[in-house]
Amino acid sequence: MLLLVLGFLATVLLSAPSAQALQPAVPATQPAAVSSSAQSQEFENRISGVLRGVDGPIADVTVTAAGNGFDGEATSGPNGAWTIGVPEQGTYEVAIDEDTLPDGIALAEGQANPREVTFAGTTTASTLFLFGEGIVTTTTSFWDTLAERALAGFSFGLLLALSAVGLSLIFGTTGLTNFAHGEMVTMGAVLTFGFAALGLPAPAAIILAVLGGGLLGYVQDAGLWKPLRRRGSGLVPMMIVSIGLALALRYIIQFNFGGATQQLPGSQSAIIDIGSVSISRNNLTSLIISLVVILLVAFLLLRTRVGKATRAVADNQALAAASGIDVDRVIRLVWVIGGMLAALGGILWAYYRPGVSFNMGQQILLLIFAGVVLGGLGTVFGALLGSIIVGLFVEISTLWLEADLKYVGALLIMILVLLFRPQGILGRKERIG
Amino acid sequence: MDFGNILTNAFGEMISPTTAAYALAALGLAVHFGYSGLLNFGQAGFMAVGAYGYAISTLTFNAPLPVAVLVALLSSVIFAIVLGIPTLRLRADYLAIVTIAAAEIVRYIVTTNGLTDVTGSANGLAAFEGGFYELNPFLNDSYNVGPLAMSGRDLWIRIVGWSVVVLACLIVWLLMRSPWGRVLKGIREDENAVRSLGKNVYAYKMQALVIGGILGSLAGIIFTLPRGAVQPANYATELTFFLYTCLLLGGMATVLGPVIGAMVFWVVLSLTQGLLYGAIEVGAITFLSNVQAGQLRYILVGVALMLLMVFRPQGVLGNKKELAFA
Repeated sequence: MLLLVLGFLATVLLSAPSAQALQPAVPATQPAAVSSSAQSQEFENRISGVLRGVDGPIADVTVTAAGNGFDGEATSGPNGAWTIGVPEQGTYEVAIDEDTLPDGIALAEGQANPREVTFAGTTTASTLFLFGEGIVTTTTSFWDTLAERALAGFSFGLLLALSAVGLSLIFGTTGLTNFAHGEMVTMGAVLTFGFAALGLPAPAAIILAVLGGGLLGYVQDAGLWKPLRRRGSGLVPMMIVSIGLALALRYIIQFNFGGATQQLPGSQSAIIDIGSVSISRNNLTSLIISLVVILLVAFLLLRTRVGKATRAVADNQALAAASGIDVDRVIRLVWVIGGMLAALGGILWAYYRPGVSFNMGQQILLLIFAGVVLGGLGTVFGALLGSIIVGLFVEISTLWLEADLKYVGALLIMILVLLFRPQGILGRKERIG
Repeated sequence: MDFGNILTNAFGEMISPTTAAYALAALGLAVHFGYSGLLNFGQAGFMAVGAYGYAISTLTFNAPLPVAVLVALLSSVIFAIVLGIPTLRLRADYLAIVTIAAAEIVRYIVTTNGLTDVTGSANGLAAFEGGFYELNPFLNDSYNVGPLAMSGRDLWIRIVGWSVVVLACLIVWLLMRSPWGRVLKGIREDENAVRSLGKNVYAYKMQALVIGGILGSLAGIIFTLPRGAVQPANYATELTFFLYTCLLLGGMATVLGPVIGAMVFWVVLSLTQGLLYGAIEVGAITFLSNVQAGQLRYILVGVALMLLMVFRPQGVLGNKKELAFA
């Protein structure tokens, strides 16, 4: 049975030609949004920035990066964005070729050119060149920055909530703490990339990937978890099996997808200003999509017969079975919906980071857990609330914490909540045992 | 394909210091999970605490070898206590989530740029192993161990590493047949029964967490010494999961199980690598690149972990009655 599942997954992935082979097709699906010279795709680490003058973005400017024995060059796209892929993290000398600047535009006073850019432990480093006379760095007020971080955090929290709600539903109905949920998240983004690389338009690719996520959930339940439940396996062994599954899936994805970070179509988007707060169009779209989907799930759970049955199974499985509810059918449905939600969360996460990589799900798995535990294991609305808190906390903490420590705060909060209110915000005491 | 060479490499892996470190850390997990039923998913964190405790006290404070080792062990004791206070009263899956989160917190903290002066951030620390190799009595250029030739330094770290493993096995064996160990096994079987006998379950669990953590941090030191470098990327969550694979291979409520499990784990990894690379070299396998062959091995690790858990949870040496879960 297990082998069957893995075999199925392998064929699904293998049938999409390997990512590397599709390299040339990628720029075509990305309608010149980025000045993606081919090299920016080759390396995982990127230096990037956006060139904007008083009148808007500045296109067709040559930017160079040199250092660590590497030379790279890029030209800015129509939206002013440029990206240079570099082989390793470190310090690079980044320069603008001032001869390529349009007439009437010059670097602002005091803007170093060339300048040193150093990676801060992440795979992207960015630098801003400011243009025009007398322009100094605009110091946004503290409250504006806070509002901006909060909006981004809300968007991040809602995309976490998509995966967290699925995880919490699965926990509520089966008792399984599913460590392979991160790979279900990755699978959504990787499938979208695969379908888009086959030439499908982005919306079709996303819908197919979400359906694929649901299929993965179904296959997992039918091939692995249902037989294990039949055997009467305990919860701890099932948890360890899910870790084995997570490892196997992660390396199957890497085997087919490669270790590099790729971009989904339309990963660079314009910045929208709402009052004094700005947010990228992708983040705003992501926020709206997750909000709509979560409301839909809430409606399903609260207002339909199937939703009522799901809540009954989560509450007391034996009693639900005795009152004529087909428990296996409900659990199967929960796995399919959980898989679809995780896949959608993964796609939105790929736009939020931005980038698709084989370990992207693993990176947010613990944040998803944190959201679920904060809200209360097994409660759907707790998972929603907890995830939003985690998202807000991660983004707002960057006001004071170094950016590479932003996940630490969220994990610490989870541990502290367990100290004082182990059942979580909305959980019931009896569950903590 | 040179089968002799492949077998020699596999033998080399079996006695390598990395295998010794895995055996030691897995033995710590046996104390946690196998004997006490504590689902610690943060053993990589304990190893990181040990390795960084040793490296930082050597480099930043110029501590001599014994002091550095002591600092590493003390830090892991503190880490265990800090971890245990909020979680030991909770159910198994909460402990799992909190320990894995704590291990990741350790990794994020040693990776952050803010502490580059102390931890070296993503590049890690190097050149702290001098004090250890000054004690090396094997000064010849080359020694033969079975079919393997190795330098005096390599021989020294292997002898020390495996001596620590033997010693740790002995201590764990003695502990587990003592009255203290019987209480621990009682807690694993039925916490409430032990509590009704007047034992302080919480204290026993904490002691088990500390002892397993000390073994983990010793493993961390042995893991870094032959590399001469400690890097945060080595202590990700995968490490803990590989340790669980070793533990389940050997048998989780046994003393020798983790050691044999670690040996089998590395020998199988080495053999599959040798055979796959060899087959690619002679053209028998054309649909894989060398990189993909490396990833294929880890797919097998994941599948092996699932199959073991489903079909033989007691491992090679274990007794089915002595499982931490019913």
